[in-house]
Amino acid sequence: MSTSAPVAEHDPPSSATRPTPPRRGRLGNRLTAGRAVPMVPAFLLLAGFMLGPIVYSVYLAFTDKAIRGEGAEQTEFVGFSNFTDAFADADFWNSVVLTVIFTVISALLGQNIMGMLLALLIERAHRVITFTVTAIVIAAWILPEVVAGYLLYTFFSPDGSLNAIITAIGLPPQQLLFSAPIFAVSFANIWRGTAFSMLVYSAALSSVPSDVYESAALDGAGPLRRFTSVTLPLLRPAIATNLMLTTLQTLSVFGLIFIMTGGGPARQSQTLPLYTYEQAFSYGQLGYGTAVALLLLLIGAVASMAYLRLLPEEDKR
Amino acid sequence: MTATPETTGTAPAPASDDPPPRPRRTGLGPRERSSTIASTVAMVVIGASFMVPLLWVVLASFNTEATLSISWPENWSLGNYAAIWNMETTFRPLLNSVILCGGAAAVTMVTAVLCAYPMSRYRFRAKRPLLLGIIFSTGLPITAIMIPVYALFVQVNLIDSMFGAILFLGASSLPYAIFLTKGFMDGVPVEIEESAWTEGAGVYRALWSVVLPLMRPGLAVAAIFTFVMMWGNFFVPFMLLLSPDKLPAAVTLYTFSSQYGQVAYGQLAAFSIFYSLPVVVLYLFLGRSLGQGFAAAGGVKG
Repeated sequence: MSTSAPVAEHDPPSSATRPTPPRRGRLGNRLTAGRAVPMVPAFLLLAGFMLGPIVYSVYLAFTDKAIRGEGAEQTEFVGFSNFTDAFADADFWNSVVLTVIFTVISALLGQNIMGMLLALLIERAHRVITFTVTAIVIAAWILPEVVAGYLLYTFFSPDGSLNAIITAIGLPPQQLLFSAPIFAVSFANIWRGTAFSMLVYSAALSSVPSDVYESAALDGAGPLRRFTSVTLPLLRPAIATNLMLTTLQTLSVFGLIFIMTGGGPARQSQTLPLYTYEQAFSYGQLGYGTAVALLLLLIGAVASMAYLRLLPEEDKR
Repeated sequence: MTATPETTGTAPAPASDDPPPRPRRTGLGPRERSSTIASTVAMVVIGASFMVPLLWVVLASFNTEATLSISWPENWSLGNYAAIWNMETTFRPLLNSVILCGGAAAVTMVTAVLCAYPMSRYRFRAKRPLLLGIIFSTGLPITAIMIPVYALFVQVNLIDSMFGAILFLGASSLPYAIFLTKGFMDGVPVEIEESAWTEGAGVYRALWSVVLPLMRPGLAVAAIFTFVMMWGNFFVPFMLLLSPDKLPAAVTLYTFSSQYGQVAYGQLAAFSIFYSLPVVVLYLFLGRSLGQGFAAAGGVKG
């Protein structure tokens, strides 16, 4: 995974090693207004459908806009009261805690460890097995979200495959969807998301030169030691990146949970996206829902910053 | 290739030349052989646990007496497929998915290619901030902006409009598509276009008949990836479309399961398979290159 030192535009770093790019006409390869024309459609789309809603959401979050009732007929500016209402709402904090549990179990630990484990096993296990298992793991990832949610709903349901298997080996049946729904949806997210980490780590591992391991082995380092003192430090950028990406993906998971549990029973699996949805559409409070969505974005941003600190010094800007 | 710093570590195109395979050690010693066996066993266990839900859907789809639990069908039957083999249940939702995702993927790819070209070919001061902005917006959770999007769409009367849903879906996958496309385009040397220019071809002509053909594999990766992600998207059409005759398969599967879920597991399984088949087939076309696209994506962010 190569990263380059950032250099200002006017000072091409590689001019010494690489021939200067050929100049075309008087303008060289500088961007001019005329040459920027092809970029216009993309920027119109992004401005209208991405940037627009983001700017609008900052406005909405400070209003009482609603689908019905107060705030539906005419929208009023309400200052920070959406945010203070959220902080005073026990259901909001319940969702924050569940979101953290869901993200830590499924993304931070589950997908990352499982992905790393599979990437390491790919290097050693028998080829046919490797091919088959990676195909299965990738299939779980490539399947549409609704299908995945539905499959895991059947897997965890009281009459589902999980109980068929564990009662067959003599264990008592589990009712995870009712007793611990947040764990059920976390496992579902591990099932669905592991392939991503596996692909990232597998690509990163294959770029580690094998002679590094050989010299470590000659120095008497065992497999565990080689992993902790050679592999992990070399993979640090990949790990930090992957943690960030899986966290952001997991923070925004909606369909999987919505289909498996709908956030229930009794809000026990209502993560922030589901809470936001409920507030905005079941209760019609668009302004309040938007405020909570902004808080979700903030959590994502804070998490990303934390991971950036994990990056080695030379990779930081 | 311009000598701007962000192009060096990011181009997926050079990365799509397969990295040299790890040299397989010859003459396995006893310790390494036992490590291979242990790894294989571990892999089989993990694979088996990942396999169960997938096996369930396949077996249940051929079992007219399917239950929620995995079981071998006593009488293999195509009855479930026959039961959903009609316009209302299966073909219209799938057709809607094709219109929605095909239209949105077309919008995304056309605008992404046009946008990537100047970014790949010319130098400008705002390039690095622009590219970083695009990369950051790839990580933006769509879930968090769906409420303002819904509220905006209500105001401009785009709710329940296929056209509106196509534009939003197209815009939301644009950042990653631009990022991928620019990377692949950087892999096409500028010199080739220059000879086209000396023969009098304009920029668009050169892009269309010189650059695009040369980056066809990369374009295919970006287009298929965009389409696959859209095909699986549930939340966007769930929010923006209302009429039953406009809903794509992602949403009808949800309504199907909440309406008939208690009785028709086998039919649901058959529908799930119909709906998943296109992305599985497309994925097979992508093969290894998808993973490398991700590795490259990791490279720039890391």
